Amino acid sequence: MPTLAELPLRQLARVCHLRVEPELAQRLIALGLRPDREVEVIRRGWLSGPLLVRVGATEFMMRREAAKLIDVEPLSS
Amino acid sequence: MKRIALVGMPNTGKSTLFNRLTGGTARIANWPGLTVEITTGRIPLGAHLVHVADLPGIYDLEGGAEDERLAHAFLAETSLDAVLLVLNATQLDRQLGLALQLAALGVPLIVALNMSDEARRAGIRIDREGLAARLGCPVLAISAKRGEGVPELKHLLAQHLQTAEPHCADFSRVTSSTDWHAEEAQLFGQYVRRPSSLPEGITAKIDRWVLHPWLGLPVFVLTMYCLFQLTYTLSAPLQDVMKALTGMIKSEWLTPLAQGWPPFLAGFVVEGIFDGASTVLTFTPIIFLFFSLMAVIEDSGYFARAAFMMDGVMARLGLDGRGFVMLMMGFGCNVPALLGTRIIRDYKARLLTMLAIPFSLCSARLQIFLFLAGALFSPARAPWVLLSLYFVSIAVAMGTALVFRKHFVSNEPFALELPPYRLPVIGHVWNRGWGETREFLKLASTMIVTGVALVWLLTHYPSEQASYAGVVANFFQPVLSPIGVQSDLSIALIFGLVAKEVVLGALAVIVGHEGKELANHLAMTLDAVSAYSFMLFTLIYVPCVSTIAALRKESKSLGFTVFSVVWSLLLAWVVAFVFYQGARWLGF
Repeated sequence: MPTLAELPLRQLARVCHLRVEPELAQRLIALGLRPDREVEVIRRGWLSGPLLVRVGATEFMMRREAAKLIDVEPLSS
Repeated sequence: MKRIALVGMPNTGKSTLFNRLTGGTARIANWPGLTVEITTGRIPLGAHLVHVADLPGIYDLEGGAEDERLAHAFLAETSLDAVLLVLNATQLDRQLGLALQLAALGVPLIVALNMSDEARRAGIRIDREGLAARLGCPVLAISAKRGEGVPELKHLLAQHLQTAEPHCADFSRVTSSTDWHAEEAQLFGQYVRRPSSLPEGITAKIDRWVLHPWLGLPVFVLTMYCLFQLTYTLSAPLQDVMKALTGMIKSEWLTPLAQGWPPFLAGFVVEGIFDGASTVLTFTPIIFLFFSLMAVIEDSGYFARAAFMMDGVMARLGLDGRGFVMLMMGFGCNVPALLGTRIIRDYKARLLTMLAIPFSLCSARLQIFLFLAGALFSPARAPWVLLSLYFVSIAVAMGTALVFRKHFVSNEPFALELPPYRLPVIGHVWNRGWGETREFLKLASTMIVTGVALVWLLTHYPSEQASYAGVVANFFQPVLSPIGVQSDLSIALIFGLVAKEVVLGALAVIVGHEGKELANHLAMTLDAVSAYSFMLFTLIYVPCVSTIAALRKESKSLGFTVFSVVWSLLLAWVVAFVFYQGARWLGF
């Protein structure tokens, strides 16, 4: 299953599973990144910087290592 | 007294609402044993004087960082007449759960849907009556920034307080926030209508330039350059006015008054204390303008973008994007930058950022460098000297983080919201600028005035020819001469420990010349290599007593404070030594 880190920009995907450590998972879930929600990557930071992610009306940044631990299922647009 | 608490997620405009309600009369209460603080205020509401607490932002009611746990503890232990929950009306898809979770604890809840103006513009329709019925509490639409709905909210609160029975939140009944997700989604689906596809907003358009992989950094550098340029351009005439004013007071009033006094006392009061106080006063326009402009950028939401831009680099140094923003703020003054690290919730990550901040070339140091570069280098070279010092400043700050990152590993879950761009609120900008100026005057004026007075005493007692300052300078000579700093300048360096604002004043007192004459005197006694070595040392060693005090206060650790001071002294000497001896060896 692809991860959030591999998702092409602007490609909508369904969140399947968060394999990050519990504290980060709690924060991400609070920001709306939860199983079954739709997520998209808007931008990647330069010099392997963070990802800018949108869930619903919330945009936030997260590190790529964490994004590699989030399984997503790309949705056909 | 009646008590209410403001609760809400970060970035919901909770503090803006708090300032609206209290009229900016907030007091910061330090919480014993913790690094977090709770802001409180008192307002009359109806017949009651009400105690309002602005709790740290929370995402839910379980676990979380130190400040989140503090908010939980406050709710569990304080008997409250009302809990005012602030939700971001544009993000109800993930914020209604907190309302459900809180309502289940039986707290006297009132929900304020903030940023309703933004929600309206985005075409979001909210059925407030439906939500109120389901949550079992009043739900109001407000815009704290514009003040919309705030009078109604006050009226409702006053009414509610007439009959309110105070409650503590019963945390034994807390259930996991994930348990509420299904109901949250159901509530959202039923009571919130939003357009199926949002048109690309102004935020996305700006972000395309600001966060561009290649253009982003130049845009950032340009923004900071404009910030500094505007600060210094606008403050220059204000500083001239203040200088003229203090000069007039001195010549028209103080000097005639002191004529009858014993010469020693007159010298101490006029040249020591008064000149010291004038130095501080002429510095206030810079502080005020810098932090007002900083508040404009802060309010706009640009700093979160700067953090995004720089996070890739900063992560390699063990810091994060926010640390970079704080380093930039340190270019104005290190003290507020140290206070600003509170947004970093992990203690160790905060310490590492605090270790790096004192190396930011603050405006006090810039004044010294501007003067020395102008006095000792040609007009063509002076800007490059200044620019190189900024590079050294950034390199030393980042190098320090790199060296110590292994000892300060952050455990903070890193996920930062990027709010949409917003227009700044004038009131907040003013409050921020004035607040920082007041703090600066309070914290630094005593230090600087004492410092300058002390310089005067040490250089004039027992007599100008054989003063204590000379003794102190001779004592430090073996350490300072290898870096090219001679006796006069070493006294200035010693007083620079008090505040960098003192250094030029001290030099003027020691040499006995001011302004142009001081510049000429220095040009005759110093060469380029010694001058640059002096500037390097001034840049890197302990910024000032205020910074040390802020480090101690924020870290709550004497050991860390001592470590930071010793490290900067050591590093300053080594860097200046390598530069000075290296340049001499190369034949300069």
